[in-house]
Amino acid sequence: MRKTSPAISFLTICLVCLVFASSCGRQNADVIVAGSTSVQPYAEILAEEYERLYPGNAVDVQGGGSAAGITAVQSGAADIGMSSRALKDGEKSLWSVEIAKDGLAIVVNPQNPVTDLTLEQIRKIYSAEITDWSEAGGTRAKIHIITREEGSGTRSAFEDLVMAGGRISAGAIVQDSNGTVRQLVSSDKNSIGFISLGLVDGTVKAVSLGGVEASAANIENGAYGLSRPFLFVCLGEPEGRARQFIDFVLSGEGQRVLTHEGLIPRAEGAVK
Amino acid sequence: MRISPRAGERIVKVLIWAAAMLVMAVLVFIVAYILAKGLHVIDWRFLASAPSNMGRSGGISTTIIGTLMVTVTAVVIAAPLGIGTAFYLAEYTRENFVTKIIRFSAESLAGIPSIVYGLFGLIFFVVYLDMRWSVLSGGLTLALMILPTVIRTSEEAIKAVPYIYREVSFSLGATKWQTIIKAVFPSALRGIANGILLSVGRCIAETAAVILTAGSTLRMPTSLFSPTRTMAVHFYILAREGISMENAYGTAALLIILIFLINVVANTLINRFVAKSR
Amino acid sequence: MRRFKEKLSGRIFFVLALSSISALALITVFIVAKGAPIFVKVGVRDFVFGMSWAPGHGEFGIFPMIVGTLSVTLGAAVLGVPLGICCSIFLTEFAPSVLKSVFRPAIQLLAGIPSVVYGFWGLIFVVPFIRDRIGGPGLSILAGSVILAIMILPTVIMISEVSILALPRQYKQNALALGLTHWQTIRSVMLPAAKSGIVAAVILGVGRAVGETMAVIMVLGNAVALPKSILDPVRTLTTNIGIEMGYASGEHQQALFATGIVLFILIMILNSAAQFITRRK
Repeated sequence: MRKTSPAISFLTICLVCLVFASSCGRQNADVIVAGSTSVQPYAEILAEEYERLYPGNAVDVQGGGSAAGITAVQSGAADIGMSSRALKDGEKSLWSVEIAKDGLAIVVNPQNPVTDLTLEQIRKIYSAEITDWSEAGGTRAKIHIITREEGSGTRSAFEDLVMAGGRISAGAIVQDSNGTVRQLVSSDKNSIGFISLGLVDGTVKAVSLGGVEASAANIENGAYGLSRPFLFVCLGEPEGRARQFIDFVLSGEGQRVLTHEGLIPRAEGAVK
Repeated sequence: MRISPRAGERIVKVLIWAAAMLVMAVLVFIVAYILAKGLHVIDWRFLASAPSNMGRSGGISTTIIGTLMVTVTAVVIAAPLGIGTAFYLAEYTRENFVTKIIRFSAESLAGIPSIVYGLFGLIFFVVYLDMRWSVLSGGLTLALMILPTVIRTSEEAIKAVPYIYREVSFSLGATKWQTIIKAVFPSALRGIANGILLSVGRCIAETAAVILTAGSTLRMPTSLFSPTRTMAVHFYILAREGISMENAYGTAALLIILIFLINVVANTLINRFVAKSR
Repeated sequence: MRRFKEKLSGRIFFVLALSSISALALITVFIVAKGAPIFVKVGVRDFVFGMSWAPGHGEFGIFPMIVGTLSVTLGAAVLGVPLGICCSIFLTEFAPSVLKSVFRPAIQLLAGIPSVVYGFWGLIFVVPFIRDRIGGPGLSILAGSVILAIMILPTVIMISEVSILALPRQYKQNALALGLTHWQTIRSVMLPAAKSGIVAAVILGVGRAVGETMAVIMVLGNAVALPKSILDPVRTLTTNIGIEMGYASGEHQQALFATGIVLFILIMILNSAAQFITRRK
């Protein structure tokens, strides 16, 4: 007991110094990728594949939403940001590259009799002009609208493509990732939400848009209009390990992984 | 209608028992449900292997290490600071306006929502000090969060040591320093340890302050500067996104067991503390 | 040498204390500094009473969130406080000692369960129950209140119990000797005497409810509109920060820090009230 106390004080002083010393320079060499929850699952698969092929190169993937990813890149917290929407005016100074295209699916509960909606109907539902399923071809029940948080790229894409200037109703339920929206829609019979097309599975049903089914094929041929780019964003021209990872993602190998998972290949094709 | 005291007595007894049983039932329901769904998931493989496929398969080894690293960092920073402050306040200063302000501040800060600490940690440690998402950012944020509690419980424990201990020590010729180390500290140790254990429990269970300071990557953290995911964050992500309910329940079950063990240890300590001071 | 050691140790304690206090002061100053500009830009009245929270359009009114916090907290208090006080009376007056040694650790276990587990449990059981049996989307003020009520129970029970146990034995013995029944004793003598401690317990429980984030973020629905019924989805001050802090920058970020200031003030008021009430005794 009598020996430990000076030791404790000494240790504390060391720690305090460590804290200040640590703020000088980062020592972790992992590539940090953060942002869109739509891009995230694909980035994680790419990261696993990348590490398998090039052991020792670590890539850490986090979510948070498109805006969070862009903010993280600007603040230096992340090396690469993931975005599921095109860059806005204030962000145009950042370096970006499209890694794939993804569709935006409007989903409802599998038990909901509605299978088709027009863009106009969806807009009216989300702005609360239509509040009951019976007005949209379903049974009498109050519609529970589910949207994403403001910083979501998916929401931005939805607002640009569907709302066309109108605002999503303030009474809409807000969830913070594709996964949570999907969970909610699958458990609430009267709900409607929008998620990444690639994440639609058996638990929810994607409605067709004016008769056009939501599928990768229909996006490629242009029949289904709701699609958005998946971007990797960096503060400036990427270098070092970040560059290596991005090169991998754009290569034939990386693109093959993405199309295999259900995404639409980028317009420019794979980079040799 | 006047109820006779006898009847009223009986009615109240029934109500009180009903209330107590309801609360017990709720507790049992929550804990039993999680354990029933999650206990069977916990085996050596679960504890020792890393998550793969975003957590769908594999175990939770990286999150266990992550939780350990972040908690240890937080305690190593907060314990000396908190205990030292408590000793300073209790032994080296007289009760005056300044100490009252400090105590009030510690009380208030102990009640600040953890999300506010998380917001501070994100902007100050992760961005401003450029520590990025890391064990250190998370640990520092948690250290600040538990510091007020450590100060408070330590001070209470120190004050609870009867003054006679100090008197005797002084009368034997000991200095203030020797008195603190040999007479006061050992007696207050149990109470202090109890406070630290409570804070450890808080760190393990904390999600809001950690998710945006330590990050949420699934890789095994290799240094203080690695980002990491703690068990509580892992559970949150798995459960909300429906990635793997099985692993989610397993993680939750492990968390509950851990916290239960910490409670048991803290209780044993405090019981012996109470018994000793009788 | 001894003098030097003495002085050194005194200095070390002082440095430690100074470091702690500086760190805690740093947090306060940082939050106030980061949040104050929005009060200047938007105006305190428009910020606190503004009805519309739409950072994308530059609107920063947090009133719906204040209503959210207050309604969820009130609901939790209405459900949890009576239950909690009854349980503390159970512990002190009615429980046989065997049950006591089970009940008390059970309450402590309840206190230790991570809030995310509560939130998840609420998502699986409480939300569907409300959605299917009562109405609305299930994600609602009611769901949040139920979860928070369970979470504040340990605080209310344990501190109330301490207050009741602290009463001098005389109170109870004298009342019984005068012929009062057990319940009459509790109601007219013991509870009023322990009142300040119980009120403090309630206030601390409420403080915990106000600060809770993760449990409620899963069950509240997080809509930004002013709720019209307890079945409506709602957002609290804490969940607002939780949802948006990852990507907020510039004015938006300032607005979140300003929300933190509001929470700070709320907690300080609650704490002062609790201290004032316990001191009056």
